[in-house]
Amino acid sequence: MAVVNEAVEKTLTVTVNGREVKAAPGQTVLEVARSIGVEIPTLCHDDRLEPYGACRLCLVEVEGARGPVPACATKVGDGMTVQTNTDKIRRLRKFVIELLLSNHPLDCPVCEAAGDCRLQDYAYEYEVNMSPWGWHPLQFESRDDHPNIARNPNRCILCGRCVRICRDVMGIGCWGFTNRGYDTIIDTPYNLPLEEVGCVSCGQCISTCPVGALSMKRSRYAARHWQTDKTTTICPYCGVGCEVVVHTHRDALVRTTATVGRGVNNGNLCVKGRFGFDFQNSPDRLTAPLVRDENGDLVPTTWDVALDRVEQNFKRIKAESGGSAFAVLASAKCTNEENYVLQKFTRAVLGTNNMDHCARL
Amino acid sequence: MTNSIKDLHEAQVIFVVGSNTTEAHPVLALEVIKALRGGATLIVADPRRIDLARKAHLHLPLRPGTNVALLKGMMRHVVDMGWQDDDFIAERTENYEAFCESLESMTVEQASDICGVPADDIRRAAELYATADRANILYAMGITQHHTGTNNVLSVANLAMLTGQIGGPGKGVNPLRGQSNVQGACDMGGLPDVFSGYQKVDNPDAIAKMEAAWGVTLADREKGMTVMEMMHAVDTGKIRSMYIMGENPVLSDPDQHHVEDTLGKVEFLVVQDIFLTETAEFADVVLPAASSFEKDGTFTNTERRIQRVRKALEPRGESMPDWRIVQSIANRMGAGWDYRSAEDIMREVAAVTPQYGGVTFSRLENVIPDVEYAQTDVCGLQWPCPTDDHPGTPILHSQQFSRGRGLFSAIEYIEPAELVSPEYPLILTTGRELVHYHTGTMTRQAAGLNALVPEARVEISQQDAARLGIEHGAPVRVTSLRGSIEPVAWVTDRVSPGLVFMAFHYAEAPANRLTGAESLDPIAKIPELKVTAVKVEALS
Ligand code: SF4
Ligand code: SF4
Ligand code: SF4
Repeated sequence: MAVVNEAVEKTLTVTVNGREVKAAPGQTVLEVARSIGVEIPTLCHDDRLEPYGACRLCLVEVEGARGPVPACATKVGDGMTVQTNTDKIRRLRKFVIELLLSNHPLDCPVCEAAGDCRLQDYAYEYEVNMSPWGWHPLQFESRDDHPNIARNPNRCILCGRCVRICRDVMGIGCWGFTNRGYDTIIDTPYNLPLEEVGCVSCGQCISTCPVGALSMKRSRYAARHWQTDKTTTICPYCGVGCEVVVHTHRDALVRTTATVGRGVNNGNLCVKGRFGFDFQNSPDRLTAPLVRDENGDLVPTTWDVALDRVEQNFKRIKAESGGSAFAVLASAKCTNEENYVLQKFTRAVLGTNNMDHCARL
Repeated sequence: MTNSIKDLHEAQVIFVVGSNTTEAHPVLALEVIKALRGGATLIVADPRRIDLARKAHLHLPLRPGTNVALLKGMMRHVVDMGWQDDDFIAERTENYEAFCESLESMTVEQASDICGVPADDIRRAAELYATADRANILYAMGITQHHTGTNNVLSVANLAMLTGQIGGPGKGVNPLRGQSNVQGACDMGGLPDVFSGYQKVDNPDAIAKMEAAWGVTLADREKGMTVMEMMHAVDTGKIRSMYIMGENPVLSDPDQHHVEDTLGKVEFLVVQDIFLTETAEFADVVLPAASSFEKDGTFTNTERRIQRVRKALEPRGESMPDWRIVQSIANRMGAGWDYRSAEDIMREVAAVTPQYGGVTFSRLENVIPDVEYAQTDVCGLQWPCPTDDHPGTPILHSQQFSRGRGLFSAIEYIEPAELVSPEYPLILTTGRELVHYHTGTMTRQAAGLNALVPEARVEISQQDAARLGIEHGAPVRVTSLRGSIEPVAWVTDRVSPGLVFMAFHYAEAPANRLTGAESLDPIAKIPELKVTAVKVEALS
């Protein structure tokens, strides 16, 4: 515990854009700036990953330093003075983005990431000029070999986030840089299908991709980022209890994501939490009560009829044999509130303690 | 769990026993991977070469059902070498002498003979675990789903107490709960012997308290039946009616033929679910429930964290949240309940459940800045959280155990109930796979998941496959005393010769048609799901 608490003790004083901030040793300029609401643009950074300092977008000026330094990879020191948004810095950032756009496909109208794309956001924010370098969009062939992951290498900005998240956070390493220079591309070893290089389909690489190079294949063309309602809830699958953001549109679940910096999962999900929710929209869902008819078939009916049937039989059996003739199973998939009322019903209304669930299994 | 997910990576040594963490609890496993990157040492005890076993510094491929022998061997070595934590034992525990005596009955060599792990590896595991400053144990169904499950759990506790590896960041014993709200279902009293908060149903004070809170006289003042006992009681006619909310015992419970027979015999069966499950097919009345995306409430995760489930969509068709359905039935039976929302129910839970005493929806709504989570805002509260101003409890047992002193148990090794025979020469062990979940009710609807793992498969070693003339991907028949199923063969070095593995997610090849319900753990009533004798044949 001591180790952890020391790490968060804020013993340093830093000045960011003229404002004094308390900071902890080991914090980066990026983290300290964010702590007072100063946003610094990044493309290659993800809080789940170690600083990389490759995209040059987070450059800031530090008093006394020889040139601009990357905010994501620079640790604060006591008395440090930082400027994050000078004219010079803005010009540098604009230059970086213009360079990236010079070979970017700009197929935003059909790109899954539109509306949720860092490159798009920053191009707008820094008012880039589209033409100083000419436009030579990449023309790699896409490969489509995974049921859940859509790849478009032409939209890739080579930030390396997918490479690092799969290697460092997942401990797997499906992705790597292949070729050199202008031909550099993100690919699997020997260009093998993902499933043959140990991919566990977590979609973590999609979650970190800042652009539309990696996207969720099954929710393509379902709804734009800005069209969906977003609700934060808990994954209904395993006992880890990851926080998921459910994106819904017109009464359907479109996709799930997770927010970095929140929940026990800190933006991470597994294959079930990311791709496992088709059941929500399934046509097989029960939408009406069913009761058995004279022929022994289960047929749809109204709540009144179904509940009458339950009431009559529960009352009859209770009158004939008492509470001990009942057995009730609670559910590890239902909420606390539901399990609570069910045990109350069993003990207080049916009058038995014959209540269990399948937790042992 | 005694600890929090986020402090797992602070351990120097992580001992994973009977948990296929990367598949069953994938995001929690990321903390193990993080610890490894930070230089931690990983020991994995599992019959199979699961992913974590490949990443481990030491893999102990024990024979299924021999956990107690392995753990005793390790503890024997700890004591022989004098690595026990004498201060911890003296201050925090009792019954140490009897426990020590029980170790006399097993040498490391004997343990090795029983569990099939080389004696030197047992010694090495003992040394790594006992001499680390901070060591964590993770375990799951591989420990509990045996007819000796309780002994297994107690043996794990013995090891942690013996070495003082409990009660701090990176130090603890962490059972991993399988389903999203298993922890909560137990906490809320979804058990035969306790009300919510583990208050005993046969304790007069607890009875008086609940009677006052609920305004009733409780008819039953004794422990009720466990699920296995219920099934037997249906056979004898004692149980006439069952009400099943959101469970699918046809696939999740052992000995499927028997479960189906039993459900067919129930005079009046009510099943409440979001799909017409294999279990619902037997019902007299099926009640349509809302999914977890269509209702408000809370789940409690494996680290005891109570978290908010929020409604994102309207219930489909006529379906309703389960609590509303239960209330409708209760009121028809004359209960007179008036819960307007899940929040109303949580208010009552907090009033009668000590561990949840300080839980309110508004507190769960707030992001609680947790000192331990320098970077992360984690919502929710970890119980025990007895009062409105209590911050919750990230680490259990840091000062003392809930019963005061930790009790050492003298445990003897007992053989698995089912042993191989000439006719059934292979051991089948069951579990979960990454892509599917529990009985598949939800995941098998997902095209993106079915595309990855479309069919049931049985993992079998190259050696056994070659001997039996079985090809990778070819259909096979797996047969036990109780029945047979036809999955496809998955020839892999994850299992060693003599062992086969199947998950229980698949309705078309239900692994639990093979498993047995006869031998239950005497205390926890858990069936032996991890050890079944089977034979495997190629289907031409
Ligand atoms: S889905 Fe997961 S395992 Fe597969 S490549 Fe992406 S990060 Fe790696
Ligand atoms: S695919 Fe996406 S995450 Fe990977 S390097 Fe390209 S832009 Fe970055
Ligand atoms: S996302 Fe995966 S690890 Fe997280 S709770 Fe859901 S099933 Fe478990």
